[in-house]
Formats: sequence, structure tokens, C-alpha cells
Amino acid sequence: MSKIVRTQKKEPFVPQPDDDMIICRCEEITKGEIRKAVYDGMTTMNEVKRWLRSGMGLCQGQTCQRLVQNIIARELNESPAEVGMIQGRAPVRPVEILTFSNNKTDVKEDE
Amino acid sequence: MKRHELIVIGAGPAGLSAAIEAAKAGIDVVVFDENARPGGQLFKQIHKFFGSKEHHAKERGFRIGEDLLKEAEEVGVRVELNSTVMGIYENKEVTVRNGDEVDHYKADKILIATGAAENMIPFKGWDTPGVIGAGAAQALMNLQGVQPGSKILMVGSGNVGLVVSLQLLQAGCEVVAVIDAAPRVGGYGVHAAKVARTGVPFYLSHTIVEAKGGDRVKSAVIAEVDNHFQPIPGTEKELDVDTICIAVGLSPMSQLASNATCDMALMPKKGGNVAILNEYGETSIPGIYCAGDVAGIEEASSAMIQGRRVADHVALSLGYLTHDEFEQKYDNATAALNQLRQGMFSPANKGRTDLTVTDEGYPLSMSLLKKGYMTEAELKAFPAAQNSAPGIHPVIECTQNIPCNPCQDACKFDCIKVGADIVKLPEINTESKCTGCGMCVASCSGQAIFLINEDYEPGYATVSLPYEFLPLPKKGDKGKALGRDGSPVCDAEIVSVRSAPAMDKTQILTMKIPLEYVHAARFYKA
Amino acid sequence: MRIQEHPILSEYDKGREVHFTLDGEDMSGYEGESIAAALHANGVMIHRYTQKKHKPRGIFCAIGRCTDCVMIVNGEPNVRTCITPLEEGMTVETQYGASTKADWEAKQK
Repeated sequence: MSKIVRTQKKEPFVPQPDDDMIICRCEEITKGEIRKAVYDGMTTMNEVKRWLRSGMGLCQGQTCQRLVQNIIARELNESPAEVGMIQGRAPVRPVEILTFSNNKTDVKEDE
Repeated sequence: MKRHELIVIGAGPAGLSAAIEAAKAGIDVVVFDENARPGGQLFKQIHKFFGSKEHHAKERGFRIGEDLLKEAEEVGVRVELNSTVMGIYENKEVTVRNGDEVDHYKADKILIATGAAENMIPFKGWDTPGVIGAGAAQALMNLQGVQPGSKILMVGSGNVGLVVSLQLLQAGCEVVAVIDAAPRVGGYGVHAAKVARTGVPFYLSHTIVEAKGGDRVKSAVIAEVDNHFQPIPGTEKELDVDTICIAVGLSPMSQLASNATCDMALMPKKGGNVAILNEYGETSIPGIYCAGDVAGIEEASSAMIQGRRVADHVALSLGYLTHDEFEQKYDNATAALNQLRQGMFSPANKGRTDLTVTDEGYPLSMSLLKKGYMTEAELKAFPAAQNSAPGIHPVIECTQNIPCNPCQDACKFDCIKVGADIVKLPEINTESKCTGCGMCVASCSGQAIFLINEDYEPGYATVSLPYEFLPLPKKGDKGKALGRDGSPVCDAEIVSVRSAPAMDKTQILTMKIPLEYVHAARFYKA
Repeated sequence: MRIQEHPILSEYDKGREVHFTLDGEDMSGYEGESIAAALHANGVMIHRYTQKKHKPRGIFCAIGRCTDCVMIVNGEPNVRTCITPLEEGMTVETQYGASTKADWEAKQK
């Protein structure tokens, strides 16, 4: 878990020229939104994920996870290791709800 | 629910090797893979691998994949394809999605061998169609037979960027440039040299700033970066490309280990977030293992050894191997792994930019690290590149310590020696009689061996070089000899084109050139 | 765009030629190759438009990971075209958000 003590940033949010750059391609979350989330008090990957849905789209953070981590780390002036990673959760791949309803756990062994 | 002694997740080089070793030991093993084909990324790899014979050196990746599948079939490994492992739960319960159903499995031991995902760098317009991962380029051209684009910018000069650049050239695409934000070429110098000698420019300390075009890539803007990797205003260059290929490293795909609540750590030398492993590849949860890229980014050759080593430990703990049998296998595997983990590109040296000399004490070519090719002056420090024996003889432009030795086995006349320490640079025994067979040229995965004959005809010499492009020149063709930087140095005439089954599609072109260019000419262009 | 001859790979494992449609337009490809490869060979770059910003997306990872190449295939949205084999008579549609163009436009009103 992250060792960063949770502190809300007091200074005003300063926009940057590339804030409109997409970082999470699936959920279309921008660099500015992630930076803003840190200013709003989200300091870990899991928090930012739940706050913005970055990394919660179809690809499940495969593309953006490291990028989000680096942006948070830079905003907090911390190392990426301190920010941590998203807690891996099942299903690690997108699965339709219909498929979940076909859960065969209670079916007798067929072999 | 079904129970297995060992569940392997991922049918790439690590997973398949583990399953083969496990099945051989008598373990009840099943492999799940989410893809329609097994083999992981091996079937996209059409270049010859490095290492020594036991590491499948000088074999092309896809052939290693074919061999693994054949072996897996022979020992009766069950590989369940289109089967996505969704999660790992308490007591080693695994849920697997197959089609629109979810199956539950219970394992005594689990090996996570899920490989890696490509890293990306965000830039303006990076979501434009035409910006693709290097793996995507490989999948399109090497599996599907479709060119990823016609004019391509490669972002990243690590081994993936360099290998894929060469493969793009082989697929008939134009590689407009290779760029890297780092000040040094990240991958093997020999890989860079193969690309540079075809005329592809390298821009180190350069990053991509923008993909222009909107609906599809129409050009790319690159710029030089400062010491903090920030673009320097005013240094922008716009390149006419239709495809931007991103090859900026790989990250372990360790979500399942994290999901299983294994202790994790961000380890830059391993390429990202990995489960903390003991010496047997076991995570903090007894009986759950990791091997291959998911345990730390390395080559497929290392992944295969790691996979087998995990299977041996599983076999020991399930009672299929005695302690003594295990110890012996473990020591052998570890010795083989250690061989591969040496040299300037070893995991321990990852990211280092301060190396200036080889293990032998020869100064490293700075031109190779900055521009992708060596200068004649720099090569003077390397005895094997300066061989000037009478008649036909090899010159070896292998100037970095990479664990690799097929050249030694290729020569039947013991002309080339690497020795027991395979990371050492090859030496040439000038006493030995070279017959000009070309086997060393074809066996060098780095394509760094050339045969030269300074006594070919009065005033003329020949240079024989490895060639893996189409159209294949014919005897009698006339064209230009190119230098290591890909610029024309003189007229050349092809005097022979040779290949043999043992050369595995590498052709040996021999070109006749004026004698004074014998140390400069290293490629041929019609 | 298709590679006719390759110096290392002697031949690609191609199926028979099949026909499919993209947004109603006839196209051809080879059975068993990925839908994405067939589209790429036909010069198609745009697979979908995104939900929020309506930006075009195409092939990105080509190994089923990034899901940028998803399209509506035989009426089913979010199909990863880079790992879905092409079949004779497939109906492929550009995806708008998670819908067809018609449904998307209806929702915009």
C-alpha cells in the first residue's frame, strides 16, 4: 500500500498546455483530469481509478496504468513506487454479464 | 469444479516450457491461454535468437514456437485455448472464461506466465488511427501478411524497436527514422547496425511530439529533448509518415498475481510491477509461481528456462522429483540463466548509460550508440574486425558483450572462438584456414560477420554479407555498395548469391568492389 | 498493402477468399485472418468513434489487449476485430460509442 500521507493540495490548480491529452484511451480521461484528481485529494492509483474510471474501461488499465501512475507521482513529487499500482481484481479481463450468469460452479463434475 | 495438480496460465515460452517439464515429470498439468493460438508472442518473432545452442540460439522465434508445440504434444500437455483466466481466489481456485461460460478449477500449484504488455507514451494525437504498438506491427506483417503502413516512424531503439524496424523493411515498408528519447541506442548494437546499413537514420535524444492528420496519421512531429527528456522548442522536425510505431518497452502483466494478493513491488530493473519471488520463482503465497516476462522483462530464452525451473520445483514439492534430482536440475537451469544474464544488456545493467568499454577493455563505439553504426576508426580497436589474413576470411563487427556464441559452432575449422564465457567477444584464429563457406555469416543473429577477400582480382576485393530482403539480387547485378551508415560508397557487382537449408533463409551476397572500399562497404543496394 | 512475397516467411497461412461488408460496402479478405487485418488490407483505418469525444480509433495493439479496434460484428458490439477471425458473409459496422451509427444518431437527438 502507498505510504503517502493523504493531504489535500492547498495551492490552486494550475492548468498545463497538454492537459487535454488523452491518457486513459478507453474511458477518455485526460491528463488534466488526472492532475485535478490529485488536487482533489486522490493520491493512490486505486483512488484515482474509482474517482475518474481511468483504467476501468474495456482494456482494464493495460495501456494507461503506468501513465496514470507517472502523472500522479509527478503531481505529488513522489516516486511511482510510492503511488503503487491498481489492485488486480477479478475479472482481469472484460467479461459480459451474460457470461457471469453462466457460472458453472454448482454444476456436477462432468469428467 | 475440476482439480489439477498444476495450472499454468499462459501458453507462451515460459508457460509451455513449464508444462512440458511438468508433464515429463508425471504431473497432471493443464495450460489455459486466452488466445486462439498457443505460443505467446513467439510466432511474431521471425529473427534469429541470441544465446548458445541450448538456448535455441540462431533459431528464428517462430521455429522455437513450433518446436515447443511439438514437444508439448509429444508429452501430452493439454493446452486449453480461448480460455481466459479471470481471477485467482483463495485456496488456488481459478475461474476460467470459455466462450460465454465460466468454469471453476482448483489447483495444487499455479504458475502465472502471462507475459507482458507494451508500454506507451502519450503525445498529442497518439490516439489517431495509424499510431500502433510495435507488437501490432509484428502481428499484422508477420502473422497476417499485411503491411502495417508504407512510411513508418519507429519510436524506441530498444531491441523490440530495432527488430521490428528490420522486420518492417523485410515486409517492404519504408522506415523513415528510428527515434529514442534516451541519449543511447537501447538495444543491441548489432540489431541497430542491421537497420542503419540499409540507410535508416537514427535520432537519439529525440521524442515524438505530435501525430498529425486527425482521421489517420499523415505526419509525425519529432523534437530533440533536453536532459530531463523535455522537448527543446525550435528543434521540431516534421516527418512524412503514415504510421507511427511505438516500441518503448514492456511491462509485466502481473494483474493476476496482484489479484491473488501476492506481495508485489515496483521494480524498474524488472520492467514494472512484479510479484516478489524467492529463488524458485515462488510468490509470497506458497504454491503460486511466476515465470517469464511477468516475473521481469527478459528474452524468451530466459523465460523458457525459468518455466522449466518452476516446473521442477513443483515436481519436487509434489513428490515427483527427489531432492537430489531437483538440486541437479535447479543448478543446471540456474547456470544457464546466469549465462544469459550477463553483459552490458543484462537485467542488472538495465538503464545504464555510463559503460564505456567492453569486458575486454576495448572502447565501446559511441557512434553505434548514437547513430546505430560504427565508424571505421572505432572498429580499429576490435581485433576480430581487423582480420587481414590472405585470401577469403571473416571480419567480425561484434563489439558489445552479448551472451551469444553460434559463430563458434558454425565454423568447422575452429576459426572463431568465443570460449566458455559466452558473453565474450569472438576471437579469430588467423592460423586456421577459412574456406569461405559462409556458415558463420549466416549463423550470426546480429548479422555482424562478413567475409572479405582482398586478393580477389588485382585492384578488386569481395565482401560477402548476410542478406534477408527481397527482391534478391542475382549474380551479375550491378548496383551500389553501401557503408555502415547506409550511404553509397562505391559501385558493386554481385558475383554470387548463396544459401543453404542450414542458413535458414539468410542469403549470402558476395559483391565485387574496388579494393580501397573493402573496409567500408557492408551492404548492397540495387 | 498485402505482402506478396517475404524473404523469411515462405507463405502465410491464408484461408480461401471470402466476402464481407463494412457499413454495407462489399469487401473481400481471407477466411481465418483477423477482421482487422482484412480491413487494413482494404485501406480501412477507422474502426470506431469514441463515446465521449467522438474521436476516431483504429488498430492499436492488434493482440486483443487494448480494445481500440472494437466494432459491431454481426450485430454484436465491442468485438475485438484484431483477434476475431474473418468469416464469409460477416456484417461489420463502424462502432459509434457502443452503438451503430443509426442508434448513435437517434440518441443524439
